[in-house]
Amino acid sequence: MSARKSSGWAPYGLVAPSLLFLGVFFAWPMYRAVELTFTKADEPGLTLDTINRATAEASFGEAWRNTLLIIAILIPLQFALALAMALLVNGRLRGRGVLVYIFAIPIAISDLAAGIVWFSIFTENGYLNTVLVEAGLLDRPFVFLNITTSWPLAIIILAELWRATSLVFVILLAGLQGIPAEYDEAAAVFGAGWFTRLRKVTLPVLRPSILVALILRTILAFQMFAVVVALTGGSTRVLAAESFRWFNRLRDEHVASAYASFILLLSLIVVVIYLRVFRDAEEKASA
Amino acid sequence: MRPRQGLLGWLVTIGRYLAAGLVSAFILGPIVVIAYLAFAPEETVYLFPKPLAPADFAFSTETMSTFVTATGTLDALWTSIRVALLTLVLALVIGAPAGYALARHPFRGKDVYRLGIVATRAFPIVILAVPLITYYLRWGLDDTVWGVAFLHTAMALPTTVLVTSAVFIGVSEELEAAAMTMGCSRFGAFRRVALPLALPGLAASSIFTFVLSWNEVFGAAVLTLQNPTLPALVVVQLNQSPVPIRFAGGFFLLAPALIFMLIVRRYLFNLWGVKLK
Repeated sequence: MSARKSSGWAPYGLVAPSLLFLGVFFAWPMYRAVELTFTKADEPGLTLDTINRATAEASFGEAWRNTLLIIAILIPLQFALALAMALLVNGRLRGRGVLVYIFAIPIAISDLAAGIVWFSIFTENGYLNTVLVEAGLLDRPFVFLNITTSWPLAIIILAELWRATSLVFVILLAGLQGIPAEYDEAAAVFGAGWFTRLRKVTLPVLRPSILVALILRTILAFQMFAVVVALTGGSTRVLAAESFRWFNRLRDEHVASAYASFILLLSLIVVVIYLRVFRDAEEKASA
Repeated sequence: MRPRQGLLGWLVTIGRYLAAGLVSAFILGPIVVIAYLAFAPEETVYLFPKPLAPADFAFSTETMSTFVTATGTLDALWTSIRVALLTLVLALVIGAPAGYALARHPFRGKDVYRLGIVATRAFPIVILAVPLITYYLRWGLDDTVWGVAFLHTAMALPTTVLVTSAVFIGVSEELEAAAMTMGCSRFGAFRRVALPLALPGLAASSIFTFVLSWNEVFGAAVLTLQNPTLPALVVVQLNQSPVPIRFAGGFFLLAPALIFMLIVRRYLFNLWGVKLK
């Protein structure tokens, strides 16, 4: 871009509304979440009472365990699948346009609808049981959504895999499209096999896209709510659903905000970890 | 990818189509199931085992019409549409000028601003609905269309700013400069030259904002009580609803996704800064 004279006050006028808006509807509630976490109703001053009330319930540990477990299993699976999908469509393939459309559809599907969809499949008299019984693999329908088993967690992961892999797919595919074909060809000329090219050429160039997708996806996964409610009626505890339960059923906005703060804290920690890991990888690659 | 020769090449090609078919089936299969269950007679939904032969499939709009005519559904639908449209307009009116400034003007603090906008996407904004409601009660914004739209705008705004900035970078600045040498004012050049050229990109961004608002559950459920959006209504009543009604509601929420994607699929990659070749 050519050097130009500064545009005076105009740009500040243009960005000011967005700053003001984010101040009121983003920064302020964020501050307020932390404030509510360390205070309690009808009593001035700071207190750990609210946090103690949250931790006193068995659901506290369950919510943390389930949220972290689901994410630890979901995210790697999701990225492997999304990368495979992106590589598949990035190559020469008939009907690519249609495939991109199909692969991208779930982006526009809400977590609530996704939860209901998978409920319809896994419910006791649903189609999965029908197929299994008709095929003679089961004598009678199996209760998949039994919260004393690990099945609900597996089904939540499957539903999230179905719904949210598309977002990662689109970001990775956009990244892939930005890689000049010459890179791959050059590596091929020097005799690099498909897998070596993927590992040594494609993935390193794709790193910024992967980082963006990882951050967006993990933050969204921490807020997982409607999928869980639709599948198990809220019997499977996760952090965001706990926040809603304390707000909606127990009418305690302090503990509900405490859960919001936990998710806030988790998000910050994860972003810092991701940025560190990627910076180290960058340094190692350039060293 | 390089075309390969011989049997191996054939196997790889077949494998790729097979993989594409499997992933498509994984995505479309569940949509077909819910679509059928939403339009199946009520008995079929409770029936076990369910009919598998195509000849046994019966069609009925009974549960869908029960869902649509149930108390609150149409009101919630109307609320959802108003919230989504309001969010779309707010995000565009507040976000697009900032995106334009990022694309066109050098100014002090620009990098800090851009970084700040990027950083907001790393925060769980939806969760902030709970602390926000304590203020809404004071401001009289609780249980209103505006209240929900403000939260959704906060969610959509960072993306709107970044996307509109990319859109305006894609619109040649020389054209605007040319219009100004021919006597247009800065704003006139923007309105007559840059805006029309940027319109498709802005429209794509707006559709995404609409979808985001249409799909959002947690915040809407927290911020509303008597006037819920459709997802908020469905999620709050979910465990009391009979199963056929849940399926009808699920499909009703899902169906627009198929159409949204059909419209924006050309712009999907513009939104992430890259065009599909």
